[in-house]
Amino acid sequence: MTRELAIRARGLSKHFGSLRAVDKLDLDVPKASIYGFLGPNGSGKSTTIRMLCGLLTPTDGRADVLGFEVPEHSKELKPKIGYMTQRFSLFGDMTVAENLEFIAEIYSFPAAHRASRVDELLEKYDLTEQRKQFAGTMSGGQRQRLALACAVLHHPELLLLDEPTSAVDPQSRRDFWANLFRLAEGGTTILVSTHYMDEAERCHRLAILDHGVKVADGSPRQLQSSTGMHVVEVLADNPYHAQTALINIAMVASVTQLGVRLRVLIPDSVDDPLALVNQNLQKHKVPAQSRIVAASLEDVFVAVTMNPERRAA
Amino acid sequence: MKSLSRLMAVMRKEVRQMRRDRLTFAMIVGIPLMQLLLFGYAINMDVRNLSTAIADEANTHLSREFVAGLAASQVTNIEYRVSTAAELERMMQAGEISIGVAIPHDFDRRVADDTRAAVHLLVDGSDPTIAGIADKLRNMPIAFDTSAAPRKQGLIEVRPYYNPERRTPMNVIPGLIAVILMMTMMLFTAVAIVRERERGNLELLINTPVTSAELMIGKVVPYIAIGLVQLALILLAGGLLFDVPVRGSIIDLYLAAGLFIAANLALGLFFSTAVKTQFQAMQLTFFLMLPSILLSGFVFPFDGMPVVAQYLGEVLPTTHFIRLTRGIMLREATLGDLPGELIYLGVFAIVATTAAALRFSKRLD
Ligand SMILES: Nc1ncnc2c1ncn2[C@@H]1O[C@H](COP(=O)(O)OP(=O)(O)O)[C@@H](O)[C@H]1O
Ligand SMILES: [Mg+2]
Repeated sequence: MTRELAIRARGLSKHFGSLRAVDKLDLDVPKASIYGFLGPNGSGKSTTIRMLCGLLTPTDGRADVLGFEVPEHSKELKPKIGYMTQRFSLFGDMTVAENLEFIAEIYSFPAAHRASRVDELLEKYDLTEQRKQFAGTMSGGQRQRLALACAVLHHPELLLLDEPTSAVDPQSRRDFWANLFRLAEGGTTILVSTHYMDEAERCHRLAILDHGVKVADGSPRQLQSSTGMHVVEVLADNPYHAQTALINIAMVASVTQLGVRLRVLIPDSVDDPLALVNQNLQKHKVPAQSRIVAASLEDVFVAVTMNPERRAA
Repeated sequence: MKSLSRLMAVMRKEVRQMRRDRLTFAMIVGIPLMQLLLFGYAINMDVRNLSTAIADEANTHLSREFVAGLAASQVTNIEYRVSTAAELERMMQAGEISIGVAIPHDFDRRVADDTRAAVHLLVDGSDPTIAGIADKLRNMPIAFDTSAAPRKQGLIEVRPYYNPERRTPMNVIPGLIAVILMMTMMLFTAVAIVRERERGNLELLINTPVTSAELMIGKVVPYIAIGLVQLALILLAGGLLFDVPVRGSIIDLYLAAGLFIAANLALGLFFSTAVKTQFQAMQLTFFLMLPSILLSGFVFPFDGMPVVAQYLGEVLPTTHFIRLTRGIMLREATLGDLPGELIYLGVFAIVATTAAALRFSKRLD
């Protein structure tokens, strides 16, 4: 790693009673990059982000964020980070402009530049028309833009975004990511959690979390090329029959249906996965075409989050 | 400097939100006025000025003395003097009067004879309040009706009989100030933090540079101002509607109120840090309201309560503030006359604020 790290965590753990919400997490987030946290609900994404900004005390392990140990030095850290909570956390009974002004005051943004900074953000995040609208009455996409505008108002070095796009339409998501790239180009480090594959694919690096455990990390390309699985795509008129024909083979790690296609994961140890699939389809008299394809991020996700016995097979 | 501007930002935000929250706004003005009217009039059993007509057929020295006593009582407002009992009946029927007093021509003799009624009281029985009063009038020592031997001095003892404390609102309102402030202040701050927790605002707030102290003080200060406004409102309405005076220094009263308000806000804030939902905060507040009303000396005389209840009462800030308000407003006492009460309120405020600040951490766990 040549670039400096914005976040470095070692053995970071958080237990709630007997539940290991985050379990011995190691994390290296390079500066000025977009780092993704991919994982299903309850995998520990929010808990990790909260530990990183000092809101939760780790049960074990340590984390260094922008050179500050958390949670011990989170007070010094606060002015340097921007945090967008999973749930909308701005004031619904205040207008868009009032919310931005409040944030500016709380972060002691120089009074002389406050008004122009608010105008600039309204413009940049396409909220000028909503300026006097109460935040509580806005649409999901508008709220999200306001939340991002508030999170970046004080020019933080690090942005922590917790599932920022889970409540917005696809167009808003694309626009949102355009904003994130613009920020990253400006030198901001961004840690963003998501459960959308297409978003994960856009990250420079990402970590996949499952039940509090980091099961993979790297660039999307690295992850795709190191699944340890062959991917066979099966196109069948009756995908259901094809699935039944394939699911019970010991050698097959998983079968996932995507429309009329099936994606079949077979461990690297199998020499001719295509033959294996075709033989079994013929045996069950299921008409289908199959071919070897490159692993998508979705395949990676399926491969790393499947239960361990199945993976070992 | 930065701290001050953050504090101002929190306060501005609180005021802004408060202004927009109709319920809060209604509570600020509505609760004091409603309570004042409710307690002021309901506890006030001193019904006065019932419109009355008198038919004095006897017109003797004794009967005139009786009528004068009745007039002095202020219960009745003698609006008409007629000559016959029949006329009283007609007026009653027409709804012109609530009470008719018929004094028969042999009044003097009847007074001496304890087997016969000396006076006939016509009462508008359709109004239960008035009927109740008639009952009381009849049971008075002077036997208007069919009862025991009359006592001459009984004639002028009419009024004190059913209002021994004389003008009740005067005694109720100093205590009512304490109860109203206690209710509203504690409720405001009890929900203050937990509401932001429920709405998710807290997670954003605690991730900004704002400190716990700034957040706490920023939430309390606007409400102190509101408490003082409420006090002015109650004093004004109490003065206008019930002639309740402030005999001592109004500055003393405001100083004592300031401490009492701070004590309640701090207690509310502590509750707010201790509970998980607004509902729990409300419950906790109501849980404390009952003893504050019953054990503070507001409803029952403090000295008449069982010892255990007295001990409990001593813990409540309301008890001490009621002593202060009664002292200052009615007995013309100064703060120097009641140092113990003042010190208790101050100590309570400090302890509760500290407890709240300690309990509130800028963490989620
Ligand atoms: N304050 C808490 N107390 C108890 N359990 C919690 C708490 N916060 C999160 N959890 C649990 O920890 C696990 C991880 O939660 P979270 O980090 O929110 O996951 P994600 O953000 O990936 O959906 C979940 O099982 C959740 O129920
Ligand atoms: Mg989450």
